[in-house]
Amino acid sequence: MPAAVAQLSRVAVFLQEHGDSAELAQAGDGGGLAAYAWLIPVVPMVVAFLILFFGKYSPWKGWGMATAALGFVAVYGTVLAVANLRDGIVAEFSVNVGDIGTFAIEWGWVVDGLSILMFFLVGVVGLLVFVYANAYMKGDARYTWFFASFTLFAGGMLVLVSAPNFIQLIVGWELVGVSSYLLIGHYWEDMDNIDAANKAFMTNKVADAALFIGAIIMSLSAGSFQFSEIFTRMIEGQTTLGQFGFWAGLAIFIGAMGKSAQFPFHVWLPDAMAGPTPVSALMHAATMVTAGVYLIARLFPFYQLPEFSGSVSTIIVIIGAITLLSMGLLAIVQDDIKRVLAYSTVSQLGYMVAALGVGAYTAGLFHLFTHAFFKALLFLGAGSIIHAVHSNNMSDMGGLRKYMPATFWTFLVGTAALVGIFPFAGFWSKDEIISSAFFNATNNPEFAVWFMVVLSILGAFITAFYMARVVSLTFFGTYLGDAKPHESPAVMVVPMVALAVGAATAGLLNIPGLTEVVTDWVTTRAFPIVEHHFAQPEYFLIAIVTPVVLLGLFIGWRLFGPSSELHYTGTGGEAVDVSAPQRKVAVERDTFRIPVLYPVLENKYYIDDLYMNGLVRPTMGPIADATLWVDMNVVDAVPNLGAGVARYAAAAVAVIDDNAVDGFYNVTGATTGATGSFLRQLFPGRVQQYVALSFAGVVIFAALFVIF
Amino acid sequence: MTIGDWLTESANWAFLFLAIPTFVASVMVVSSRNVVRAVLYLVIALGGSAALFLMLGAEFVGWTVVLVYIGAVIILFLIGIMITRAPLTKSVDLSHPISAKAPAALLSVLLFGVVAWAVVESFGLETIPLPEEATRTGEIGLSIFTSWVIPFEVVSFVLLAALIGGIVLARKDEPAEVP
Amino acid sequence: MMTIIQWILLGAALFSVGLYGVLTRRNAVLVLASVEIMLAAVNINLVAFDTYLSDPAYTGQIFALFVIALAAAEVGVGIAIILMIFRNRHSVDVDELDLMRY
Repeated sequence: MPAAVAQLSRVAVFLQEHGDSAELAQAGDGGGLAAYAWLIPVVPMVVAFLILFFGKYSPWKGWGMATAALGFVAVYGTVLAVANLRDGIVAEFSVNVGDIGTFAIEWGWVVDGLSILMFFLVGVVGLLVFVYANAYMKGDARYTWFFASFTLFAGGMLVLVSAPNFIQLIVGWELVGVSSYLLIGHYWEDMDNIDAANKAFMTNKVADAALFIGAIIMSLSAGSFQFSEIFTRMIEGQTTLGQFGFWAGLAIFIGAMGKSAQFPFHVWLPDAMAGPTPVSALMHAATMVTAGVYLIARLFPFYQLPEFSGSVSTIIVIIGAITLLSMGLLAIVQDDIKRVLAYSTVSQLGYMVAALGVGAYTAGLFHLFTHAFFKALLFLGAGSIIHAVHSNNMSDMGGLRKYMPATFWTFLVGTAALVGIFPFAGFWSKDEIISSAFFNATNNPEFAVWFMVVLSILGAFITAFYMARVVSLTFFGTYLGDAKPHESPAVMVVPMVALAVGAATAGLLNIPGLTEVVTDWVTTRAFPIVEHHFAQPEYFLIAIVTPVVLLGLFIGWRLFGPSSELHYTGTGGEAVDVSAPQRKVAVERDTFRIPVLYPVLENKYYIDDLYMNGLVRPTMGPIADATLWVDMNVVDAVPNLGAGVARYAAAAVAVIDDNAVDGFYNVTGATTGATGSFLRQLFPGRVQQYVALSFAGVVIFAALFVIF
Repeated sequence: MTIGDWLTESANWAFLFLAIPTFVASVMVVSSRNVVRAVLYLVIALGGSAALFLMLGAEFVGWTVVLVYIGAVIILFLIGIMITRAPLTKSVDLSHPISAKAPAALLSVLLFGVVAWAVVESFGLETIPLPEEATRTGEIGLSIFTSWVIPFEVVSFVLLAALIGGIVLARKDEPAEVP
Repeated sequence: MMTIIQWILLGAALFSVGLYGVLTRRNAVLVLASVEIMLAAVNINLVAFDTYLSDPAYTGQIFALFVIALAAAEVGVGIAIILMIFRNRHSVDVDELDLMRY
């Protein structure tokens, strides 16, 4: 096969050209440490079920067991991380569970830099969030149940990241999906929360179907479900993988888009705020949404080689870039503090995805690493505030700096890390992403990469702007709420302080040219990772980005800070109707600021409406209503979607519309109804007549089969 | 093989001796004007089928039919008749009038015709080996618990569901007691 | 020699008779009884084929046993349903059960 040889040599040349970074790290197999790593996913899974059955009778009603399980993962993850940094660990274990034809179904565990990173994050962040949740969930009616599903959530994620093959990955993927459904719908007494849980589950399911298809295409064309086998086939230059690689890669990426809430699958994540705040914190930091990023990173060698994945990486870059900017803009107009943070997460995930698409493997994962700390911190801070003021809305907050100093200072650290202030964590990771993108853009001028560079710098500005807004509306000015704000108990503050330390210092682990801990950490993999490493920070880009960030902070502070004469000071302390007037204040505040964009942003680019009217309602509605639905939605949705333009055009053809179009649907409806009534005459509803008719059908078909 | 050859075989006489009463009894089940008699004819029909099973060597199946059907199901039917206060003497409204019976009879005859035609077409005069001895129940048990263990478990679930369903359906909804 | 068709024809005849009963009986209990005849016909077929094929796993006989078990369950639930219908409408005439068309 000449084609195969040609492809083989291209891969070999590719690896040789980048030989400096492609040499395999001097990795050990980790010995017993890696051989017993199967405990990491198994312990939380087992404990989740133990809590379910025995939690109520155990001390601390299940919280103790859950925290112990996560503590175990945290300790084991840390030990593995240290061992990995010292010796390097690359190991893979598989146990055959059964066979389907020539495909072996295996359960196993991968221990390499990438999975250790996830073990570490899930363990450490999870442990802190679990400690915090003890106080936050106190008095909840389903306290034990909460910790059972929460442990299952973490356990599912660990199953996912330890998977050496697609089958186990999908099992973990679905475990995370189903437990997130349970957790988002935790307060199921409220219909909105059930809707949110359904939305998250269904949106994920759509993407999961794509993941399924992609995994099957890829495994069938490569001949194995094992990731390592697939990579081996790539080095051998297998042609079937090259033929179907684009579609497989695209479908798998769509799956990743669903879990990582990339545009246009982002709709579920802000609604997922309906769950308890600790869930949001873990979901946004280490579990669930990072699964998509993890999957792209796991298949990074595949996505990197256009010989196999075609132009999927370009699509990844564009999707990531669109996500990081558009979702950042949405964060500006939200009044619910958790929703601001949710859109912020989606935006940051856009950074990670785009970084992986552009070939910056370490940068993307480094951002995932730092983001886990500061986003968990911000969510815990938000939870602390919500705990104090009994409201999610920033129009009920303000001036909390005086009441909650510890929350304020830790939140400020998280903000600094998120917007990227030197020397906090986000500064280093975001800088590395932008630097890598810029490096790629100059070496390989392609529209998508430049697009990403510009959008990620704009994104940094937007991030600074909305975080300045959050901090000023929450901690400065006059307190507007009803409840008496108070500092949270120590069990909530301690995890926040711990995370604040992480958010402040995590970035120092990977300063180009100085400390390259994370680089060494995540590139310890069986397949060599080819990417560019910088010898020193790109001062040129820092000189652009940092002023942009500071400008964003400044503008946000001027517009929403206490010094602005437009900042709502109102009659603070005076207890008015919480919902209506204050909501109005918040809306006016935003409308006043961003007159053109506001309606579009307030309606989330109308994407939610599009899904609701275009997809959800028709499938949910009974078929009997189908005609009515066509009449109400299709005819009405045209003016809705096309906004004013369509409406003016519609005025011109209103006569036709009223008579012909409506007439058509009316006739359709009437015909259906008449047919129904007519058929009803034929069938008087007697059971025996139905039996007779069906047997008559049997006789006819049997006769036909005998004759032919 | 002519009909004469067929009749010289003693096993076929035994077959006819069992099959004809079974058939006649089942015709009576569907046509008798007395409810109780209809159900009692069902006993004969099922008993005949059980005897036919024995003839085929399916000893266990045959005795199961006797135990389950004749022992339990028939009792259920009789109880059902009594509880629903059906008239215990001859009555005309047990069946539909002749105008409804005619198409039903036509359909049944057609069904039989099609099946008979198909069977004769495909099997012709192939013979069935009469078993030397009855199937041992132990072998059936072995087969159930090796090859058919999962269907067997599923059937047990169905029976459990039917048990619960029967209780739930049949019990009276008592008005809530006021303490 | 016994032929296979004599067994199958007996089964077909019983099945047709049962079908006739299901179609013409008005009393719901008797409809159920007719269904039992159809099931007995099926069993005869199963066991006859089992003997015909000399199956070492006794598939036909075991499925006949399953059919018996399910038929027992069916009668139990069926009688319970009939009981409930009788309680609500004081009749077990299937002609009056025509709510399905609405």
